[in-house]
Amino acid sequence: MARAVLYDSTLCVGCRQCEEACSARWKLPYNQQIAAEEQTSSHKLTAIRTHGERYSRKLCMNCLEPACASVCPVGALEKTTAGAVVYDEGKCVGCRYCMVACPFQVPAYEWERAIPKIRKCDLCSDRTSKGGITRCSEACPTNATITGERGDLIREAQQRIRSKPSEYYGRVYGLEEAGGTSVLILGAVPFDQLGYNTNVPKKVLPELTWAALQHVPDIVSLGGVLLGGVYWITRRREEVRREERA
Amino acid sequence: MQRQSNSLAPSWRRLIWRGVFWLIMAAGIWSTWVRFSQGLGASTNLSDRFPWGIWVGFNVLSGVGLAAGGFTIAGAVHIFHLERYRAIVRPATLTAFLGYLAVVSALVFELGKPWNIWHPLIMWNPHSVMFEVCWCVTLYLTVLFLEFLPIASDRMGWTRLRGWLRKIMVPVVILGVILSTLHQSSLGSMYLIMEGKLHPLWYSPLLPVLFYLSSIAVGLAMTIFESWHSAKAFGRNLPWPLVEGLSRALAVAGAVYLALRIVDLKTRHIAPWQFGWTTETLLFTVEAVLLSVPVLLLFADWTRRSPQRVYVCASAFLLGFVANRMNVAVTGMERSSGVTYTPHWMEWSSTLMLIAGGFAVFRLAVRYLPVYGEPGAPAAEGVQPSEAADWRRRADSRVAGLAHGD
Repeated sequence: MARAVLYDSTLCVGCRQCEEACSARWKLPYNQQIAAEEQTSSHKLTAIRTHGERYSRKLCMNCLEPACASVCPVGALEKTTAGAVVYDEGKCVGCRYCMVACPFQVPAYEWERAIPKIRKCDLCSDRTSKGGITRCSEACPTNATITGERGDLIREAQQRIRSKPSEYYGRVYGLEEAGGTSVLILGAVPFDQLGYNTNVPKKVLPELTWAALQHVPDIVSLGGVLLGGVYWITRRREEVRREERA
Repeated sequence: MQRQSNSLAPSWRRLIWRGVFWLIMAAGIWSTWVRFSQGLGASTNLSDRFPWGIWVGFNVLSGVGLAAGGFTIAGAVHIFHLERYRAIVRPATLTAFLGYLAVVSALVFELGKPWNIWHPLIMWNPHSVMFEVCWCVTLYLTVLFLEFLPIASDRMGWTRLRGWLRKIMVPVVILGVILSTLHQSSLGSMYLIMEGKLHPLWYSPLLPVLFYLSSIAVGLAMTIFESWHSAKAFGRNLPWPLVEGLSRALAVAGAVYLALRIVDLKTRHIAPWQFGWTTETLLFTVEAVLLSVPVLLLFADWTRRSPQRVYVCASAFLLGFVANRMNVAVTGMERSSGVTYTPHWMEWSSTLMLIAGGFAVFRLAVRYLPVYGEPGAPAAEGVQPSEAADWRRRADSRVAGLAHGD
């Protein structure tokens, strides 16, 4: 039972209620100046972006197989069974590998602080872990953002595309991106026109790492045997040479 | 007249170098203060879009590679029994030990919360390459300490410790080679997950293998570089037959690496010119020239006949190696990030401070510890670097002798 969020850009009116609700959840300041910032950062975990007459929303995609969680050396980021990718600042060492690895450029860092942490949307895990809905879904006056089970939301999204094919670009963003995400997005136009990265590989990213990392035990055992053997042979050769000389 | 200017020149030079050293230190200490009192925002030009800069590309990726001479030389002597290289095991070990200590110091700057640097040792994530690198570097630092300990115990007269170390040295060196193989390659594996982010000129599923092979080559280049400078700075003989041998090994190791780079580009159907004339292609060309020209030149007897030419080739290869790591960490990551990154001067100054500090500690170690000339080991044949002309002539005759004698 994994919770997810569906954002339908065609329903979004750009009222930024989601931004305000999100700031309140993280106890972050929210004012006109911050509202005008059209990108996410450590003090703004979701952002509405304007593209002419259309709007799009950026937030952590909470991937099914998150690159950030797989690269974190201390397991400070973790995908929960409830759907969210959550962050434990007590474990974090501040290496920022999660930021570099994230295909969506989501994790944000508190650059101005001497004791910093990573910031990102966690799908309101305090609520969704108990089957609840996110604060942005609650605040949205047009139901552009809704919370539900991922399977249900995929069916809902496909239903909307089927029923109004002229109003939708016929794909769900997040269905395959990075192996699938817990945030699904619908739009009227191709997603790159809405500011979404369409170059994200449609595969499970941590598997790219695992292809190399799984060989570590082989290198240890093979290397030990090989080097031990070379030592033994070359030492024997030295001994033989010394005896022949003597 | 000439004699006078000769005797004056070194002291002037020394004064200037001392001034440069303290200038670097002063700027570095100021940067350190800003870094730790105000955070990374005030001391770097990093951003959410570009979270890793030269502290990763140079201090970590290049630094770890440049310290690879420790495991290659120790492995060659202790495991492969190439006894004639024993004379350079100690300086190579010292270079590696100080190199890794410098990398760990650099990490204290780089990490947002360096006081948690030990966390990976108890908070495991076996799916993280960086977790594996942390463990390997920690263990390898221990190995380097054990490899360095004989130098200290010779100085202090700890004979029982010395005997005990002699007994465990072979397994320790084997462990060091395995650990180095793991983390030198893993620094490349760190970028495997960045498909679509790292520019296709550098992104490859073979990154771990390429990082490993290049680390072996650059470790040899660094040992040549270090031998030359030690000879000059400490008025020692350049162990020429060894350096000449290293230059041959560098040629072969470099050629293997470059061949794999070419095969890799071919199998991925990447032609460097297909991207037009961009920053990436320009810096790729710089990297390719700096890596391949010295390797090709080192195959020529003409190059290997002169210590000076060998030194220039090794230095060029070092620069090419650093260019490669910087291209992976910085150049190749810019386009997908959507921003441009130019390092803050404090990123440079803290880096310079670590390099200068490393050189200073190396100097002190050579002055007070038996780094050169292991007691009981045969001294390496050598040539005096101060007499450059004579040096070349002797080197020439030496190589000619080898060519005829062997």
